[in-house]
Amino acid sequence: MTAVLRREIGSYYKSVTGWLLAAFLLIFAGIYCMSYNLSGYSAKFEYVLSAISFIYLIAVPIISMRSLAEEKRQKTDQLLYSLPVRLSSVVLGKYLGMLTALAFPVLIMSLYPLILSQFGTILYASAYGALFAFFLLGACLLSIGLFISSVTESQVASAVITLVAMLLLYFMNGLSSFISTEATSSLIALMILAVIFAVILQVLAKNVYVSILAAVAGCGGLYLWYAGNPSAFSGLFSTIMQSVSVFDRFDAFTDGVFDLTAVIYYLSIICVFLFLTVQSMEKRRWNE
Amino acid sequence: MIEVKNLTKRYGNHTAISDLTFTIEKGVIYGFLGPNGAGKSTTMNIITGCLGATEGEVLVDGHSISEEPMLAKKLIGYLPEQPPLYTDMTPLEYLTFVASAKHIPRNEQTKQIDSVMEKSGIQEVRNRLIRNLSKGYRQRVGIAQALLGNPEIIILDEPTVGLDPAQIIEIRDLIRLLGKDHTIILSSHILSEVQAVCDSIMIISNGKLVASDTPENLTRLFAGTTTLHVEAKGDLEIVRRILSGVEHIEDITIGPDDGQDLIVADLKPEEGADIREDIFMAFAEAKIPLLEMKSMRASLEEVFLELTQGDMPQISDSTDHADIENADAYNAGKEAVAG
Repeated sequence: MTAVLRREIGSYYKSVTGWLLAAFLLIFAGIYCMSYNLSGYSAKFEYVLSAISFIYLIAVPIISMRSLAEEKRQKTDQLLYSLPVRLSSVVLGKYLGMLTALAFPVLIMSLYPLILSQFGTILYASAYGALFAFFLLGACLLSIGLFISSVTESQVASAVITLVAMLLLYFMNGLSSFISTEATSSLIALMILAVIFAVILQVLAKNVYVSILAAVAGCGGLYLWYAGNPSAFSGLFSTIMQSVSVFDRFDAFTDGVFDLTAVIYYLSIICVFLFLTVQSMEKRRWNE
Repeated sequence: MIEVKNLTKRYGNHTAISDLTFTIEKGVIYGFLGPNGAGKSTTMNIITGCLGATEGEVLVDGHSISEEPMLAKKLIGYLPEQPPLYTDMTPLEYLTFVASAKHIPRNEQTKQIDSVMEKSGIQEVRNRLIRNLSKGYRQRVGIAQALLGNPEIIILDEPTVGLDPAQIIEIRDLIRLLGKDHTIILSSHILSEVQAVCDSIMIISNGKLVASDTPENLTRLFAGTTTLHVEAKGDLEIVRRILSGVEHIEDITIGPDDGQDLIVADLKPEEGADIREDIFMAFAEAKIPLLEMKSMRASLEEVFLELTQGDMPQISDSTDHADIENADAYNAGKEAVAG
């Protein structure tokens, strides 16, 4: 694992990727810090983090696109498969490499509250709590990016799909508010989600029967539930969207709340996607 | 050293290799021979753990590649068809990465890296980016990578593809050198290469092992199909009559040569019979000039073609040198008659 990690870090900072990411994050953090804290006379660094969380939409695809897709294109994945290294260590090494690339600018950003404290009273706990959550949000999104990179063949495809996924996650809550709170529309929206899930399953597993079964079972289950208890469905869709929205979970931290459930939520997502990445690498060993 | 048992790999409906069983002995250089798409790379990928088998198992020194991959992979150094190089690294950085991934203790790394760079001849490019190296050097970096950790088995998938003739010779010499203290499996679709470096040849066709023996034995196996090629000047019927008078001929294929005033015949002598002298005398007595006579043995190339295509061997011109030069034959014929 350490060998892979060291290689990853080396490659991030030997190419422009690592530096580009750091510059990108720091420029936006700097601009928003300037306007919110310095010009806006606010002592809340959390607001800056909340405002700049959108840069993950671009930063995550940049960091994650090359990680596994590029290995496949260059056929270097064959080396990783033939070395006496577990796939889980490879994935973990890659992931920690990404985290390091993200941690570097975040560490520099951790100086901002100290600088701001020169001009007023800063609530360190709240500021650093938010910064930690900001990093955790990034880590969570990166695990999704890593997984997407593991199922795609080229950097470009990986970057585009990751960008779309990030956009969906970012606007998920906003979009879900367009669905009316009526029970039937919730049911339809959830059924559409089930079908989308089945389509994704088809793309990943390439097994028509399983996908159709998943779609039918999902829709059928939802309909039976709806037939049994229609009132449970009113407003259900937006409630679900709100509770799974990755970005919205971050809002609590910017309000000064250290939300432990959100931390656990993020960590669970990371574990799930790292697990899926290992599985997708393992699957390639069988289907290639 | 390696035991491959009933190995089968299917991709959907396509069977890449089916029911492959063989054993790799210690200290031998093996050549995997087969046309493109025969399943050579698939087999090697499964042996090295890069690919999962649909059925069957591979034991490397008793360790199953699927059950105990860490132990088995330590014993193998693998160079895939396309060298798996990180082009943004220098050979030194790359080999350091591979060395630590192979769990070589740090205090031994420098020594080992130096030694494999020496063996594969990449010392002078150690600090250049792999991206800027020529194909030959990249191949050597790939070989160096396989040598790290001093594995007992080295598996090279088409190690000389895309190299120039001088580089091919160097790589072959390197393989022969490595063969002194490693077990080597190399694959190729080039016969002369396998013939030149390997102690044992395994011919794979359509995912099946069709032959496995030493190059000499494989050639001898098919040496029974020696034929005699005869070219004579004259009438078809006369030549046919002359030949039918010669004993110990099993089979005659005869016909006029296209475009020229020649009769060409391929004769299959009976097992063990040397009919060259009789033929010569027969033609000489009939005063028919014999322009050419040569006996031909199936070469390894024909063995290969026959095994992989299921056709009869094509007879080549280059194996046995019993040629009688045209003019000599003609003169000798005249003399014989005069005598």
